[in-house]
Amino acid sequence: MSVATRVDWEAVIGLEVHAQLLTRSKMFCSCRADYLGLPPNSNTCPTCLGLPGALPVINREAVRMTIRTALALNCEIPEFTKFDRKNYFYPDLPKGYQISQYDLPLSRNGWLEVEVEGRTVRPGITRVHLEEDAGSLHHAGEIQNSPFSLVDLNRAGVPLMEIVGEPDLRSPLEARAYLTTLRQVLLYIGVNDGNMEEGSLRCDANISLRPRGSEGLGVKVEVKNMNSFRSLQRALEFELRRQSELLDAGGEVAQETRGWSEAEQRTVSQRSKEEAQEYRYFPEPDLPPLRVSREQVEEIRSQLPELPPARRARFESQYQLAPQLAGLLTARPQDSQYFEQVVGHGVSPQLAANWQSQELQGLCNAANLGVEECRVGPAALAGLLRLLEEGKISSRSAKEVLAEAFESGRDPAQLVRSKGLGLIQDPEQLGQLVEQAMARQPQAVADFQAGKTQALRSLVGLVMGMTKGQADPVLVDRLLRERLGSPQA
Amino acid sequence: MTLLEEPIPELARRLRRRQVSAVELARESLAQVERIDPGLGAFLRTTPELALAAAEEADRRLAADPEGSSPLCGIPLAYKDVLCTEGVETTAASQILRGFVPPYSATAVARLNALGAVPIGKVNCDEFAMGSSNENSSYQTTRNPWELDRVPGGSSGGSAVAVASRLVCAALGSDTGGSIRLPASFTGVVGYKPTYGRVSRYGLIAFASSLDQVGPLTKTVEEAALVLAAIAGPDPHDSTTLQEPVGDLLAGLEQGVRGLRLGIPREYLEVGIEAPVERVFESSVELLRGLGAEISEISLPTTEYALAAYYVIAPAEVSSNLARMDGVRFGPGAERAQSLRQAYETARHRGFGPEVRRRIALGTYALSSGYYDAYYLRAQKVRTLVAQDFAQAFEKVDAVISPTAPTAAFRLGERTADPLAMYATDILTLPANLAGVSGISVPAGFAEGLPVGLQVLGPSLGEAMCLRVARALERELEIWRQAPPLERVAA
Repeated sequence: MSVATRVDWEAVIGLEVHAQLLTRSKMFCSCRADYLGLPPNSNTCPTCLGLPGALPVINREAVRMTIRTALALNCEIPEFTKFDRKNYFYPDLPKGYQISQYDLPLSRNGWLEVEVEGRTVRPGITRVHLEEDAGSLHHAGEIQNSPFSLVDLNRAGVPLMEIVGEPDLRSPLEARAYLTTLRQVLLYIGVNDGNMEEGSLRCDANISLRPRGSEGLGVKVEVKNMNSFRSLQRALEFELRRQSELLDAGGEVAQETRGWSEAEQRTVSQRSKEEAQEYRYFPEPDLPPLRVSREQVEEIRSQLPELPPARRARFESQYQLAPQLAGLLTARPQDSQYFEQVVGHGVSPQLAANWQSQELQGLCNAANLGVEECRVGPAALAGLLRLLEEGKISSRSAKEVLAEAFESGRDPAQLVRSKGLGLIQDPEQLGQLVEQAMARQPQAVADFQAGKTQALRSLVGLVMGMTKGQADPVLVDRLLRERLGSPQA
Repeated sequence: MTLLEEPIPELARRLRRRQVSAVELARESLAQVERIDPGLGAFLRTTPELALAAAEEADRRLAADPEGSSPLCGIPLAYKDVLCTEGVETTAASQILRGFVPPYSATAVARLNALGAVPIGKVNCDEFAMGSSNENSSYQTTRNPWELDRVPGGSSGGSAVAVASRLVCAALGSDTGGSIRLPASFTGVVGYKPTYGRVSRYGLIAFASSLDQVGPLTKTVEEAALVLAAIAGPDPHDSTTLQEPVGDLLAGLEQGVRGLRLGIPREYLEVGIEAPVERVFESSVELLRGLGAEISEISLPTTEYALAAYYVIAPAEVSSNLARMDGVRFGPGAERAQSLRQAYETARHRGFGPEVRRRIALGTYALSSGYYDAYYLRAQKVRTLVAQDFAQAFEKVDAVISPTAPTAAFRLGERTADPLAMYATDILTLPANLAGVSGISVPAGFAEGLPVGLQVLGPSLGEAMCLRVARALERELEIWRQAPPLERVAA
């Protein structure tokens, strides 16, 4: 048995992302696009049920949102586009075909700037096109053992954008960063809710291996069924391992579709190349082709908001924030809006940034809320932080108040007043406490006077403890020094 | 003698003057169906309760506002069973839709209902409108009232027979390659295929979406204009409807053909038109010439490729349009299937007849990768050329005239064994569908006792022109006054 040479394999990865659009109505009828939580098959009409004789009508808002997305992804928008039918049989596809776009999509040739481990990469976007979602099937337990399949067509016809990426990603981590950044852009431009668990954002990956340095492409495997960033990365890591082991052992990778099993943490073969579907695409005769005017494109472009990379850069320069902090505060548009509102109330950006990204975000994470959803609004946080800046409250008290305001929804500044949390700034009262502290810790006094200036800290700490943190530490420090005199050099 | 022999404008006058009620007309129509239709087989089902309720409502409207109501208010109509009718079973004459009761009505039907027209029932057709003889219905045979052992033509055979036999005043059909005009010619009635996009297809069970049009079958040209005016126009539910206003289709009806340039496509006379049909056509031409029309020969050079292109494009769309008939949401379905694939195969094999299966297979093949360019794409190019032919022709002439079909009605069973011969029946009608232009078949005479139509094709949105030429011929011939000899079949 010969020992195969070790090759340094490089992954070549491209992602296909499906994103449901946040339109009010479905892609081709006036049923609601927001189908979650409705009784099965209640959000339907002849068109999305695929009843004989029913016809589709294009949702203009979905077209607009797709163009908006394409522009945010630096795509070209051709003047002429059309819909096509993708034909296949499945019970969740009521018409027996999906209305999609084949050779003349709404957009093509874009790119996305992605930060990964301090590097910036710029993977290409092949195209962004528009199609309709399918319904959903429900089974008793696992599909293989269920005695029935129940069809729910509430989701059928929901506008779905397909964002096809070029095979420009070189590692599972890059793939994950790409998806994270793409999701961030979709959230910024308000076209998708980014919810991977509920499937409003879905991702398939194509991955092949080649010896590093080679320009050729290996046999690609399509991986499906990854419903989180983590499972995307794990599935690709698994494939990278599986394929390199196969190749190292002198084997060949089969062109196939594999599904990620979250339970088993591995990919499982679903369909081989030979079983690949023949979709028989042809132009949708029920829908006339669309002309997208240049004026419309420019109008949509002019309405694009500041996108994440630009906003991050602006936060760094305008607010003097460290790159990591700027990144945290621009993760979601709601985060950056919240931040700018706090700053708008006159709080120093650095303080606002620290408190939002650490204290408030910590509380929000524990409660599974976004900052915009929590009960402490930007004005309330700003009020609290101003007290802190003015030295009227200790940082410890501020944390306490923030937590309570987060729970109760009460105004933090009011809480400070009602709880008497304002700092003790009375020199007489503090002077007595300072003297008590000096009496209780003569060693510290001696140490300080002998030149060990850090001994002062334990005295300040003692006073703070005696006041449960309410003493103004700056004032305590001054009063101590007045009484201790200068340390001997 | 039945009241239903009167043309719609005359009945409308009597309804407004309360000389007859809509309920009386509805009862007359239902009685005629009961008396005569068992020997003809035009109706798949009647809707007496709906009809009488609609008639009562029509009578109320006519009483309240006689002059303001539509001339179609209170008029008994029938609908081809490919048109969805809310609450009324709609099968497209197929087993796979047995029991399907649509929750909505086709736009054309809804518009007529809204005007107070009275729906008598649903009429037979070829399964999913695929056929030229009506013999592809999976439910029953429909006979030609002029000779009962002959076909009525298809696919809107039930509509044509219901009108020709005076069971109703008018019927809606659909025309994908001649399915309105051909049976109109075979049964001696007027049949109108509008410009593609003139009438909404919403609620029309699709055969070939890019070719299908809903249109009227009536005794007279004026009636066709009345019904067409009622159903035509943009529909927000059908993105392929044309936005241009319909205009007054009745205004120019009596203007005659003096000075009009009528073209006869040389190629249409080379398809093997039977001598008796040709003689009727020649006498129509002479008549129109005598009325002052300038007749010339023109050329539509791509005619010989049109049939082949049609039988690629139409089946391709069929293969996709009929995919929704999967037994999951409607139709008998497949119980106890062992797999999903088997469930589909069983439901579809049981549900579709042989001609439908043949076209699904043809279309599936034509769209398959590796064959798409050679078949579908090439057929679409031919289609473009056919449309260009017509566009060029209409620069030289105002309308194109030809026989509607190469033959008169043939015998039941005569062509069922030979699909290609059956397909050739549509050779003179289907180019208009490929080009999307408008066309009418108007009774032009009799060939050995069987009615024969003249086809008038107009440019896109040339509805008024087609109607005007057809009316000129009709005024001279008045063939509509001759009803088929129905005493033989009356029960």
